[in-house]
Amino acid sequence: MSNPPSRKELLDHINAVSFAVDDVKLFLDTHPCDEDAMAYFREYSRMRNEALKEYAARFGPLTVDTAVYSCSDKWTWIDDPWPWQEGGC
Amino acid sequence: MWGYEKRLQYPVNIKQTNPKLAQIIITQFGGPDGELAASMRYLSQRYTMPYKQVAGTLTDIGTEELAHMEMICSIVHQLTRNLTPEEIEQSGFGTYYVDHTLALWPQSAAGSPWTATVFQSKGDPITDLHEDMAAEQKARTTYDNILRLAKDPDVCDPIRFLREREIVHYQRFGESLRIVQDNLDSKNFYAINPEFDVRQNNNCR
Repeated sequence: MSNPPSRKELLDHINAVSFAVDDVKLFLDTHPCDEDAMAYFREYSRMRNEALKEYAARFGPLTVDTAVYSCSDKWTWIDDPWPWQEGGC
Repeated sequence: MWGYEKRLQYPVNIKQTNPKLAQIIITQFGGPDGELAASMRYLSQRYTMPYKQVAGTLTDIGTEELAHMEMICSIVHQLTRNLTPEEIEQSGFGTYYVDHTLALWPQSAAGSPWTATVFQSKGDPITDLHEDMAAEQKARTTYDNILRLAKDPDVCDPIRFLREREIVHYQRFGESLRIVQDNLDSKNFYAINPEFDVRQNNNCR
């Protein structure tokens, strides 16, 4: 990843760490006392939340909860392409 | 309560349209073993599920299926965007186009509208979890069938991701079934239906 990461690099990073959270979340549902899985969840959840904040500040929000970190005064949620559109992935 | 995240669970970037393939892949939107049916199945079954691990699994997998539905719709949309009337006519997409233009509508590959009759919410955890495990395998077979017909790597890559998730979900539902059976009479799993015969709050164990 370049420093600071490009929009695509940061979105790819968000997708990767979010997938780790999605997957370990299902594992924890059926293994709620697994300490290794819990530590993995904490680590990736932290990385995900930090990356979502950084993305919102630099490129616009992906979640409503991070829309407050956007540097714009206006509502940017609707500005960037939707994920099914060109440039949205 | 649900919230929207403005990204796909796994990216879909298709450069080359292919309406013929779109008409096959749309079955994972509105077909019998598709993502919409999967999500509705698990999110319907969870309300009477007495075991917290299993109610959590149904909620979280049911939610992930909505994200998979969005990926399938994105694939179909990108395979059909900006088609010309000539391309529609030559590819056999005209039968879909005449009713829906280029919009997404949940139907099977053969054109049957999406229906709740493709899934069951039976109110018995052993029965429902066997249905859920079968559903994941049916979806996995459908993705294997799609992968035999799809050649474009931009299409195959996200389809392979979805196929792998079916296998993980199958595993989690298998563990859910074990949790249910661990809570039942080991000499006769069918002695009672814990979604009906036990009228107490099991959520605090």
